[in-house]
Amino acid sequence: MDKRSVFKSWWLPIAFAAPQLLLIFLFFYWPAVSVVKWAFTLEPPFGGAAEFVGWANFQDVFSDPFYWNSVVVSLIFAFCGAFFAILIGLVLALAVDRELPGSGMFRFVYILPFAIAGPAAGMAFRFILSPERGLLAPLNAIYPDFWNPAKYSAHALILVIVIFIWKWAGYTFIFLLAGLQSVPRALIEAAALDGSGPIRRAVDIQVPLLAPTLFFLLVTMMTEGFVGSDTFGIVERTTNGGPNHGTEVMVLRIVNEAFQGLNYSGASAQSIVLIGLIMIFTFIQFRFIEKRVHYK
Amino acid sequence: MKNTRLLAAALAAGVISVAASQASAAPVKFEFWYGMSGDLGERVQDACRKFNGSQKDYEVQCVSQNTYDATLQNTIAAYRAKKQPAIAQIYDAGTLDLMLSKAFVPAKKLMAENGYKIDWNNYFSGIANYYATAKGELESFPFNSSTAMLYYNVSAFEKAGIDFKPDTWEHVEEAARKLKAAGFDCPLAFNFDPWSMLEQYSAIENQPIATEDNGYKGLDAKLVFNKTTFVDHVKFFKKMQDEKLFVVKTKQLGMDVVPAFTSQTCQMMQSSIADHGTVGKTLPAGVKWEVAMLPIDKGTERHNSLVGGASLWVLAGRPQEEYKGAAAFLNFLGTPEMSEWWSTVTGYIPVTKTGFDAMKANGFYDKAPYKGRELAIASLTYTPTSANTRGIRLGSFTQIRNEVTNALEAIFMQNADVQKQIDTAADRGNDILRRFEKTYAGQKLD
Repeated sequence: MDKRSVFKSWWLPIAFAAPQLLLIFLFFYWPAVSVVKWAFTLEPPFGGAAEFVGWANFQDVFSDPFYWNSVVVSLIFAFCGAFFAILIGLVLALAVDRELPGSGMFRFVYILPFAIAGPAAGMAFRFILSPERGLLAPLNAIYPDFWNPAKYSAHALILVIVIFIWKWAGYTFIFLLAGLQSVPRALIEAAALDGSGPIRRAVDIQVPLLAPTLFFLLVTMMTEGFVGSDTFGIVERTTNGGPNHGTEVMVLRIVNEAFQGLNYSGASAQSIVLIGLIMIFTFIQFRFIEKRVHYK
Repeated sequence: MKNTRLLAAALAAGVISVAASQASAAPVKFEFWYGMSGDLGERVQDACRKFNGSQKDYEVQCVSQNTYDATLQNTIAAYRAKKQPAIAQIYDAGTLDLMLSKAFVPAKKLMAENGYKIDWNNYFSGIANYYATAKGELESFPFNSSTAMLYYNVSAFEKAGIDFKPDTWEHVEEAARKLKAAGFDCPLAFNFDPWSMLEQYSAIENQPIATEDNGYKGLDAKLVFNKTTFVDHVKFFKKMQDEKLFVVKTKQLGMDVVPAFTSQTCQMMQSSIADHGTVGKTLPAGVKWEVAMLPIDKGTERHNSLVGGASLWVLAGRPQEEYKGAAAFLNFLGTPEMSEWWSTVTGYIPVTKTGFDAMKANGFYDKAPYKGRELAIASLTYTPTSANTRGIRLGSFTQIRNEVTNALEAIFMQNADVQKQIDTAADRGNDILRRFEKTYAGQKLD
């Protein structure tokens, strides 16, 4: 017979789980239910009778060309941000993992940007890369509009993505370095004895063995780029969605709609669409990419 | 056993009654939420301390929510959770949301019920009308008020040999040309804030922004700024920008208009009178500068400009004794001494005639650094308010402002067509207004 410890009373396990259940209910299920309710009504800001309007809020959202613009901007932001944050984190981790002189210092320095809040980084970069007074201002003086995120949407989008990468490369770096350190040294030494250089070893041994970590980072980074608070903070502080909707990511739109326009219903409808999109992306990632990941 | 329980109960009852009697002796506490931070936030705290020190019955607890929009959001959230403060500072653009919320105690009712006799006509009508119903009943208390002014660098004007005042846009253009010829690269700085370019300009030129008297007569108002001289005004700015006489200065480009002016990079700007103090403190000594009423188009008649800033709303659903305190506090803020103090330390203009007169009599406006601020009052009270200059009573107005900002950004940064962009902004703004109307279906403005 199995030796199992069984709680005699039914309330004890519930009492233990209650704080967690309460938190989940308060901060996840309750708001989620409210959001669904609001998305189908016209909710007056101060409360009171809200008229049921069916799918009208969703129709409004979908018929707005700037909404689709924000979806495209968000996709570009999440893809480019996630890809380069992981790529740069990987290169840095591979370099630090070789344990050349000074590695300890570099490890510290590379992690540092992650400790800076997104909005603060956004403010700093807005000054550093401002077209008239920043680092590139001398270049602008020679070639007018060489770099002008206040004028060109593409430049503005590059600006906010660069800030995102600058910050989150430090995060991916931590995970990838930890992953690299669990790669058996014997494998790398054997490859080195066979005469393969650092790049060959990275491509053939280290990166394939890092696949689970890379996959984890891909999912988290994509989600972070899509809905992360940093995405909002960076964009709001740097370009505030401009020029002319050029960097208006979906989260910025939702926050502006809800808290500046006091249009809780429209914002709720957009939130639900956003939740749906994230579910689809995560599904795609697990369905098609995870297949190629070997955990053992 | 039974005895000890009884004893415990008796003790507990005793403790409670002692606590209760102490509470009744202590001043009645109530909260006031405001949306200012930094130096201005400190001045609000000073005002609260002054009130608490002036009497013993009430104690106001002033809590900063940092920004105007955060104050409105937090007030809404708190109201929904029934934890609202007694008084909240709500910015101009949130006025209609509050009016339709039924979540407030009208200013007049509050003061009458608590035995204060307020001369409501004492408020400058240009200020009071913004926060009053169409019939003229004040719903909230005007608090920190400002209006837009034209700031110009007199030293630069003298150097460029300009011997006239920038009182019309034609004069501004002429001055800009002379400044340019004298080697000033940026005669006038501007950004995409619709507050001066659309709202103030429309009021001064007596142009409507929306139908139904800018929304005062009903929620079915439609935006019409795409059919007024506002469009010509933007075209004029565009032409000036193409000739490099007017220059865009935004945070995104590296410097907003106020720092551009105070660093003497640019020689003219439109900005709030509330910046008067900052400009005076930041410009180096010896640089002569002045403010003027916003320019008008040549050949048109000047009307009063619009008030900006925020007012104080008393929220419904608090215990009765808190309202006594709130009324006392608001009465205290309205005294001429307090309004003079407030205007001196902040740069906001006094909202009452007696406050203004007291300051004028003291010679407040005669000497630097306060000289010039009286022009803001002159601008606000230039004419009695008309249907177009009473104020703007449009729902979700912050979002409509955003639409206009986006249009201006497209026009001035990306060379988009002026009429088309402003049409788009008006159309999108109208969609916002219709949604707002539906949200408050069945409600009437009074």
